[in-house]
Amino acid sequence: MPKATFIQHDGAVESIEISTGTSLMQAAMQENIEGIEAECGGCCMCATCHVYVQDPFLDRLPQAEDIELEMLEETAAERRPNSRLSCQLVMTDELDGIVVQLPETQI
Amino acid sequence: MSQGIIIVGASQAGMQTALAARSAGYTGSILLVGEEPELPYQRPPLSKGFLLDKPGQDRITLRTEDFYAERDIGLRLGTRVSLLDCEARQVITTGGEKISYQGLALTTGARVRQLPVPGAQAEGVCYLRTAAQARDLKARMAVASRAVVIGGGFIGLEVAAALREKQLQVTVIEAQDRLMPRVVAPPVSAFYARKHSAQGVRVLLSTGVEAITTTASRVSGVRCSDGETIPADLVVVGIGVVPNSELAEQAGLACSNGIEVDASTRTSDPHIVAAGDCALHPNPYASTPIRLESVQNASEQSRVAGAVLAGVERSYDAVPWFWSEQYDLRLQMAGFSAGHDHYVMRGDPEQGQFSVFYFQADKWIGIDSVNRPMDHIAGRKLFSAGVNLTAQQAADESLSLKSLLPP
Repeated sequence: MPKATFIQHDGAVESIEISTGTSLMQAAMQENIEGIEAECGGCCMCATCHVYVQDPFLDRLPQAEDIELEMLEETAAERRPNSRLSCQLVMTDELDGIVVQLPETQI
Repeated sequence: MSQGIIIVGASQAGMQTALAARSAGYTGSILLVGEEPELPYQRPPLSKGFLLDKPGQDRITLRTEDFYAERDIGLRLGTRVSLLDCEARQVITTGGEKISYQGLALTTGARVRQLPVPGAQAEGVCYLRTAAQARDLKARMAVASRAVVIGGGFIGLEVAAALREKQLQVTVIEAQDRLMPRVVAPPVSAFYARKHSAQGVRVLLSTGVEAITTTASRVSGVRCSDGETIPADLVVVGIGVVPNSELAEQAGLACSNGIEVDASTRTSDPHIVAAGDCALHPNPYASTPIRLESVQNASEQSRVAGAVLAGVERSYDAVPWFWSEQYDLRLQMAGFSAGHDHYVMRGDPEQGQFSVFYFQADKWIGIDSVNRPMDHIAGRKLFSAGVNLTAQQAADESLSLKSLLPP
């Protein structure tokens, strides 16, 4: 199963396996990864599952749709070029090893 | 048994109240009591992607059992609280267990309004509020062919869209003369009626329901006020919800269309807070106390409730927002448009992208956007910043809304 690594704002690192087809947000919630709120339940409405995607994985992700790009304007923490909403990041084999950093806050 | 904090209602609001109390530094015991047998889950996807098994919306459990255990939050699921004794500061479960508390949160939510017509108990008449009901509906959708949706509000229309995606024949019956009449302006209603019709849904407005017709206790159709009977093997009822305020009422707490709370979420008993769908609260975006049925309100109001129970004074002033997904349309709402006396539009419904700005006298009070997320986001930011748009600014497409934000 592909793996993903979440780096907390304080530097703590957690790696989990995520089955393909599952979003990083869902997996993080199920595995009790701190730092993701996901209030809207994966509907791309709340910007509380914000992550910073590390190279080289940013370029391997499908382009963000307009709705995600707009919602990223609402993130509580700073929006950066590598900001994405983890509810929109669905695990694939190509993303095996993806590393994301969590922002200081989601709310 | 004795607890520091008891939270009645284990949904989004209940979970958030517990977490907020912990985040605010509360170290006493916390017990989350829920009537449903399952762990707290996310409700918004239930009428949306969950019915269609969309990736990312197919698993809805908020957090696993370990998560609560690690935070020393006790879970008592499948348990109904039948009595609240404010004087003794005690709740009693239907099993007869008495649990005393120092602080209590009521996050009891709401329940669906039942269809009050003959035949409504028939097999094949569904409601959608809980995960169990959503699973049941999903199973029935897979085998049904002709569906009637009673109620042209958010739930009814989202379900209608899902049913069409699954190729069922669909009729929507709405008692008022337009869709979503209580929440959106006429142009939005008309736009959605056209969209549903174009997708093959038969939309019946100004039509009442007289009875559910049955064959051997199974639904066979819906008899309308105009005398027509529409054949159906699946009926979905979405005619609104009723706040679960009986526990509070019986305990003598002030209630009227919900449990009355102040800006700090306190009820008429200082040891008890209430938040989420059940709470009638003063809201800076509404002229009279309101109840909001949204995950935004459930989450953000509960953060206040949890903090207040932990002894940290806070007040609730978040911008209300809400959304609905139907087909490829995303309706996003911010502010609170009830009570508006005029509105202006930006964009063009004919192009499938537009926003409606609502005003009460000179005060801008709400914005609904259809497939214009930039307007929605700008609207939320403008509301939080306290910017009052004029109707001229709102209607002027050449003016960037974001440019009106304070630096």
